[in-house]
Amino acid sequence: MRTGTAGRGREGPPSIDGVIDSDVLDRVLARAVRTGAGFAEVFAEDRRSTSLAFDDGRVDRVTSGRDRGAGIRVVNGSTTGYAHTSDLTEAGLLAAAEAAAAAAGSGGAGERVVGSVGSRTEGRRHSPVLTSPGDIAKSDRVDLLLAADDAARSAGSEIVQVSAGIGDTRRSVLIANTDGVNVSDEVTRVLFRVSAVADGDAGMQTGYRSLGHTVGWEIFDTVEVADLAADAARQALVKLAARPAPSGSMPVVIKNGSGGVLFHEACGHGLEADHIAKGSSVYAGRMGELVASPLVTLVDDGTMTGEWGTAGVDDEGTPTQRNVLISDGVLTDYMWDLLRARREGRTLSGNGRRETYECLPMVRMTNTFVLAGPHDPDEIIAATDHGVYVSELGGGSVNTATGDFVFGMREAYLIENGRITEPLREGNLIGNGPKVLADIDMLAGDFAMGGPGTCGKDGQGVPVGDGQPTLRVSSMTVGGTAA
Amino acid sequence: MSGGAPVDLLSIGDRLVARAAPGEQVEVFVARGDSTEVRVWGGEVEHFVSAHSEGVGVRVVSGGRTGTSYAGTLDPAAVDEVLMEARANAAFGTADEYAGLVEPDGVDTVPIELWDERLAATPTEDKIALVTELERITLGLDPRIRVDDADYSDGGGESAIVTTTGIRRHRRANSCHVTVSALADDGDETQTGFGFSVGDAPGDLDLTEAARDAVDRATRLLGATKPRSRRTTVVLDPFVTAQVLGIIGSTLNGESVVKGRSLFRDRLGETIAAPGVTLVDDPTDARAFTATDVDGEGLAARRNVLIDGGRLERFVHSGYSARRAGTVSTGNAIRGGIAGLPGAGCLALQLSPGASSQEELIAGIDDGVLVQSVSGIHSGVNTVSGDFSTGASGMSISGGALGAPVREFTIATTLQRLLLDIAEIGADLRWLPMRAVGMSLVIGDVTVSGSS
Repeated sequence: MRTGTAGRGREGPPSIDGVIDSDVLDRVLARAVRTGAGFAEVFAEDRRSTSLAFDDGRVDRVTSGRDRGAGIRVVNGSTTGYAHTSDLTEAGLLAAAEAAAAAAGSGGAGERVVGSVGSRTEGRRHSPVLTSPGDIAKSDRVDLLLAADDAARSAGSEIVQVSAGIGDTRRSVLIANTDGVNVSDEVTRVLFRVSAVADGDAGMQTGYRSLGHTVGWEIFDTVEVADLAADAARQALVKLAARPAPSGSMPVVIKNGSGGVLFHEACGHGLEADHIAKGSSVYAGRMGELVASPLVTLVDDGTMTGEWGTAGVDDEGTPTQRNVLISDGVLTDYMWDLLRARREGRTLSGNGRRETYECLPMVRMTNTFVLAGPHDPDEIIAATDHGVYVSELGGGSVNTATGDFVFGMREAYLIENGRITEPLREGNLIGNGPKVLADIDMLAGDFAMGGPGTCGKDGQGVPVGDGQPTLRVSSMTVGGTAA
Repeated sequence: MSGGAPVDLLSIGDRLVARAAPGEQVEVFVARGDSTEVRVWGGEVEHFVSAHSEGVGVRVVSGGRTGTSYAGTLDPAAVDEVLMEARANAAFGTADEYAGLVEPDGVDTVPIELWDERLAATPTEDKIALVTELERITLGLDPRIRVDDADYSDGGGESAIVTTTGIRRHRRANSCHVTVSALADDGDETQTGFGFSVGDAPGDLDLTEAARDAVDRATRLLGATKPRSRRTTVVLDPFVTAQVLGIIGSTLNGESVVKGRSLFRDRLGETIAAPGVTLVDDPTDARAFTATDVDGEGLAARRNVLIDGGRLERFVHSGYSARRAGTVSTGNAIRGGIAGLPGAGCLALQLSPGASSQEELIAGIDDGVLVQSVSGIHSGVNTVSGDFSTGASGMSISGGALGAPVREFTIATTLQRLLLDIAEIGADLRWLPMRAVGMSLVIGDVTVSGSS
């Protein structure tokens, strides 16, 4: 019987660091700007991933794989050319540099001489990895999936289906550019998810929990997957008795650590500098103005230990940092990538990210959250006569130009006379960003980060974190079917 | 990007399959493709992305256990490692009597031309000129318009599937499309709209239609307010209908059915939709963006009637879901790329069209809402419970005509109700870059949530 590849050297943390020498980078960058472009960059990546999926009582998917390659960006005036290759030899990189330079067009400034990228630095490790997932046997992963299935099914006889997945990604990147950046970074991500289906008299309902961190396998020393599975099952069982969600405008209370996506959509995307530069954000031209309730301080922080959106550097080689975007309701900064910051003469904020080496970087969030406020969570519910309590949000989306955004309620309850009462079926909430931010009238002290998210923009998905304390929006539109 | 003649994809498959151990099933999926993306802003190229991708995915089934592995390269040593890795992974799967590869089923592929030499031969400058022209036309249609993005994208590639069970297929396809997203300003207010056009080659793209759609959608929303909450009739624009059909298709997926997750799992042969509803999955219709001659496991793609006159006729199956359901594959295996296992899914959905234009449909409605776009369709629709709630914007309908614009509201029902409440289907087919064709759809008794 084969024992898999766990623990073997070739499954150890991959590093792109040793694959491309700095003098090769010098020659590739020189080729990229040969026709006069003002900026060139090499982004090389080696990503290994393993995932096991459990469904319907079986381990039905065991997958592992590797993606390795480099993307070359050439910026010539206002035009960016991009090409990528999975061939990391000097010849392969030079060919990609030629293609990117051709795509960017001729600068007409004649040959440009670039200096050396200099010695390489390493991104700061904000999240220590004690046990590399590469050292974990697949049989141990199977045991975790079996434990989750067992726990979910034990929660009640109405649980008719359970699926769970466990996966990890080990990503090593190397970024060098004609500004002299030459940096490598490694990030390990571990993800667990479980969903349960319950069947009752009024049809089926679902429950879902997930856990994701930029740490090693040691996360499973402190988190019991069985607890997450039991909670997913509980959510599905609770919803068997759910009534249709109400329809119309009312106060909405969102539980701590479950609704950071509200800010991700209501203002996060709108504070990305590319939307600002194109005038396609409701927050353009509002720096220094009151854009939210004075209770709200919003931070984007790519350095938080262990969080899903954390990395040492962004995907342009800029060290990640903590950026205060809204302070006591006043807009204090946007999020920047390298090109936008250069054009506007701003300081880099570490928000230039991309999904893989095949993609251009864009302005993206990392971990985005609202700081704690003065209220007590129980006081917030007690102060609400009639409304909705959302204990877990689903995904969302926003139109940055109008500010209109939606997000789903995965688990929610009615609030009647200051008390949480009946569970509600699923639905979307809709609101307008600036108005919802202004309508946050209560904010508790119980700050918590939420589960792992994947943020999509222009077809690229990147891992992001979010968080908030329990809060109340005085009025939002609940999209249910009940009168 | 290495030099020399491109490696023959089928030969890579043949080489790996020949190395299967006794009693072991091996499936090799090999793909290679090139794509271009051009974005123009302010009359200049904002970015130009020239991409070449390749990779291999291998599935090994041994003793009922399945393992897969992939690599984003066709480098021979890496390809060999993928086979070994898939084999190693199989040891950790649970033995499943239904696991296995499909065998040739005798169904012939429908010959459809998926490759257009005109696109392959289009020079870069022409693509840039095309999208520059799209931005120019859009800006020229209305003085209140700004362009957020104007994009040209194309992709072309080939893939091969070879198995130890006798499947050996090669496929080649390409296509292109343009999209434009417009901003309409009026004082402090901004509204947005988008338009696109899809074609086999750049010459097929209708830039004016894409520009006009974007401009009309954005400008007609200026001054929009929240509609009052009520139950009413909604008309879905073709683009919205295509998104809703995609969701309905996922409830008819054989894999969800055999795993007990489809809300229609026990309803075969029963009425689940209004009598006028006939839903077909037909990837052999060359007009569909997702048209194909073979499915993700190498069987012939075929026309399957899923709902006939409101009656649920069939679920779509891959080899695995079909074996579990005691039936045969309908040629509906879908791959998400080189990684992972193919699942079951609809390939190219079409509703049988009705006889009326959108204008004629609206003329018959006294009170309602025309929904021109939806948001949050993935956060507010649960395909297991059937709950359906999405954000929306559009136009109010009053006395048989379009009235004031409306936004920041939701429409809600259940998928079960929605199918039964389909009152009319438009004749206005729109071929979109999606897995379903669009047309106007009239649905009665939907809850609109806006102002109280």
